[in-house]
Amino acid sequence: MESVFGLVGKDFAIVVADSSAVHSILVHKTNEDKIMILDSHKLMGASGETGDRAQFTEYVQKNVALYQFRNGIPLTTAATANFTRGELATALRKNPYMVNIILAGYDKDVGPSLYFIDYIASLHKVDKAAFGYGSYFALSMMDRHYRRDMTVEEAIELVDKCIREIRSRLVVAPPNFLIKIVDKDGAREYAWRESIKDAPVPVAAA
Amino acid sequence: MSRRYDSRTTIFSPEGRLYQVEYAMEAIGNAGSAIGILSKDGVILVGEKKVTSKLLQTSASTEKMYKIDDHVACAVAGIMSDANILINTARVQAQRYAFAYQEPMPVEQLVQSLCDTKQGYTQFGGLRPFGVSFLFAGWDKNYGFQLYMSDPSGNYSGWKAAAIGANNQAAQSMLKQDYKDEITREEAIQLAIKVLSKTMDSTSLTSEKLELAEVFLSSGNVKYKVCSPEALNQLLIKSGVTQPAAEAS
Repeated sequence: MESVFGLVGKDFAIVVADSSAVHSILVHKTNEDKIMILDSHKLMGASGETGDRAQFTEYVQKNVALYQFRNGIPLTTAATANFTRGELATALRKNPYMVNIILAGYDKDVGPSLYFIDYIASLHKVDKAAFGYGSYFALSMMDRHYRRDMTVEEAIELVDKCIREIRSRLVVAPPNFLIKIVDKDGAREYAWRESIKDAPVPVAAA
Repeated sequence: MSRRYDSRTTIFSPEGRLYQVEYAMEAIGNAGSAIGILSKDGVILVGEKKVTSKLLQTSASTEKMYKIDDHVACAVAGIMSDANILINTARVQAQRYAFAYQEPMPVEQLVQSLCDTKQGYTQFGGLRPFGVSFLFAGWDKNYGFQLYMSDPSGNYSGWKAAAIGANNQAAQSMLKQDYKDEITREEAIQLAIKVLSKTMDSTSLTSEKLELAEVFLSSGNVKYKVCSPEALNQLLIKSGVTQPAAEAS
């Protein structure tokens, strides 16, 4: 029931993911961060098998860092996407990673870009993408309202429309979402959209 | 000297030298020379062909210049059979990178990767080092045009102008005197021809004894062009190194 989706704007890209960590009927936590910051200008939102998601995104993050240490220059978003797809493809017929990925990045020469990489190692460069049951609603909303070169405000309006649809129409809808953005100034957290907040934990008396 | 430390690559001599690596460089010092010059609109490589016989089949293949990938080429000095192995290794490494990243391999990374291979032969395995020096000429979007020189030890560095093979020291000092930072490709070709004509042993310079290759950009794409014998002849005449064919009076 995890939802991850993303879109490209005028000179930025956004990745949104739900933040529930679920085990069968139990919700472990509602503030899980599923959008890995790979380097200064790349975001990797992932959904799927919990262990695989955490381990694989960390693996990609460390390889991206290693490349930069070895070669003094960062990987481009396209190269990162192809590398990621290659790793999924190599493992596919032996020990597949059950992870779906939306990779967003900003390169100075190319601008913002978004890549759809599914668990069987398909790779597509796209303007908008979504995974999970939420994708039925997110893609429909984006097909209706998405335009090229949207501003951040317009894009966030569309993101909120998607979240609203997922919350109201999906039977076991995740309550909270995390939005991250990447642009020329870097990759960073943009906002949370919470409908359930944990009760504040009392502090023990000194 | 300490001759008993010669025969194994995997040991140092008491003076801290690797004799096998040094002997490999000796072998290259007797081979046909090659010069590379970096200009602002391209890199040129000029090589001296040692094997000149009328019987030689001058087909499309070259003796000194090889294309590694669409954006990188190299000139070779030393044992040709060793060079072929390394050129193939470099080509595989470049394609492996392109397969993984769907982008051309940055030139320095390619050179570094090949040099790591060469270094292995100076440290373990008990195999002798490769008797080849390379001049790599290439372009990538990170650093533009680049020229690298590598030797049997696995060392490499980037150069504005470099020479390998016979008389490379004399060639290198001549290049140091005449190289200017804003040199154009045509001027670089003329400089290379001039330097080679002075350092080569042969009395006259003809297009059969030379190979010239250029790496440059054309409509945004990297081009590698080996000069035809006719065009090379024209260049030699222009630089005053050969006399034009005598007119029948």
